[in-house]
Amino acid sequence: MSLASQVLHLARRSVIRTLRQPANWITPLVFPLALMAVNSGGLQAATTLPGFPTDSFVAFFLAFPFIQGALFSTVNAGVDLARDIQTGFLNRLALTPMQSTALLVGHLGGVIVMGFVQAIWYLAVGLAIGVRIEAGVLGTVVLLVLAVLIVTAFGSFGALAALRTGSTEAVHSLFPVFFVFLFISSMNLPRNLIETEWFQVAASLNPVSYLIEAIRSLVIQGWNEEALALGFAIAIGLAIVGLTLSSLSLRTRLART
Amino acid sequence: MRSVFSVALAVGWRTLHNNFTTPSLLIPGIAFPMFFFVAFAGGLSRVNDVPGFQFPVGYTAFQFVFVLLQSAAFAGVFTGFGIVRDFETGFARRLMVAAPDRRGILLGYGFGALGRWALTATILTSVAMLAGMEVGGNGVDVFALYTLAALVNVIGLLWSAGVAMRFRTLQAAPLMQLPVFLSLFFAPVFVPVELLAGWLQTIAHLNPVTLMLAAGRSLIAGQPAHIVGAFGAAFALIAFFAVWAGRGLRRAEAAGAS
Repeated sequence: MSLASQVLHLARRSVIRTLRQPANWITPLVFPLALMAVNSGGLQAATTLPGFPTDSFVAFFLAFPFIQGALFSTVNAGVDLARDIQTGFLNRLALTPMQSTALLVGHLGGVIVMGFVQAIWYLAVGLAIGVRIEAGVLGTVVLLVLAVLIVTAFGSFGALAALRTGSTEAVHSLFPVFFVFLFISSMNLPRNLIETEWFQVAASLNPVSYLIEAIRSLVIQGWNEEALALGFAIAIGLAIVGLTLSSLSLRTRLART
Repeated sequence: MRSVFSVALAVGWRTLHNNFTTPSLLIPGIAFPMFFFVAFAGGLSRVNDVPGFQFPVGYTAFQFVFVLLQSAAFAGVFTGFGIVRDFETGFARRLMVAAPDRRGILLGYGFGALGRWALTATILTSVAMLAGMEVGGNGVDVFALYTLAALVNVIGLLWSAGVAMRFRTLQAAPLMQLPVFLSLFFAPVFVPVELLAGWLQTIAHLNPVTLMLAAGRSLIAGQPAHIVGAFGAAFALIAFFAVWAGRGLRRAEAAGAS
């Protein structure tokens, strides 16, 4: 069996497995949008602040579901991989001629497919409630590419956690950590409007701020080269680091088993 | 009645012991409210400058009340998770057999939820004071605020206990959590109700949490308002969910607490 075929089989398994657990796909589809609805309704008044970049808080906040959805699918996928380790499935796979690259890429392939479906859903809901993508059709394509890159980057860290710990509980416990990165960012207000100094510094140091701002720039500004360059660079950088560390962990994990 | 209290004290002590000696139970209960407080009060303090936003003791106190009530509700819900765990491990079955009066079991979980929240509230209040939160209310106002939050804790516990005893599986966890989460967030979390967007304002006006938030915020500001309505709503919800949880207990008994 070729590498591509192995990858396809494992990616298919990953997607089917997610679909068979409704909580794993309903939550990322519904929860981020529910939070978007609540925050947009609650913070619409913030658009009257001098210097706020748009008069629609929904448009401003549309970047949030992309990031939160990526977090959900990452943790779910990491949990699935950890479960494969706990149940011995990985051990059995190790006895087959399967290549370790196929395991990682196949697993992430499933995460990426789910991430892409989520991104299309968030975009569709955003457009349905009246958000206009300022960067146009090409900008929408770029947004989807960036969303997939972010899912890949986060997914590789979910896989890393699963491979390092081999414990579903440990992967679950990562969720609050990811959540901290999301909340201590520029998700609710532009960084220049954050009044509390330490929070502004923390948001500026937080890579998630730049991922949000890159998506947001396509929605409310059009083409902001700086925001996009930063967003893509961070997403690609995180993906490279995550994939490298995951590959190393997988090698160790397979050697151990 | 003595047997109810003896069972309640034993169950309450066990719930607290489990919570305080298991980091995976203890830390999220403390960390999440703290984290919401920091994210909302720190990241959104500029909302204080939104035209029409007037809160005399500042945005930190405005958010503190929300997070205090949220932590109370979730301490109740998280205790519900513990009830489910007891059913899943078979402990609840043994508890039901051993307890001379099973109402004490519910009361005991209530003690546990309250004790659990007391620790979170203490830490949250300390952090808020260190962050420079202003308190305009006097001792009576502050006492009333914490009493209101304790009632919210009881509501959260009774709701989740009812669900836990009906389903007796952790798969019901979202059912315990989500309605509480939605009730809290479909209320004026970030700004007063008058500044909410139209659709959210309509929902918020129908949501009893809005009344409790308004009362809590008025108490911390030292300008009590909506007190009768908020406490009335809290007691009505407690009465309703006490019946819900009591019937759940009977369902669990009928099912043999399996």
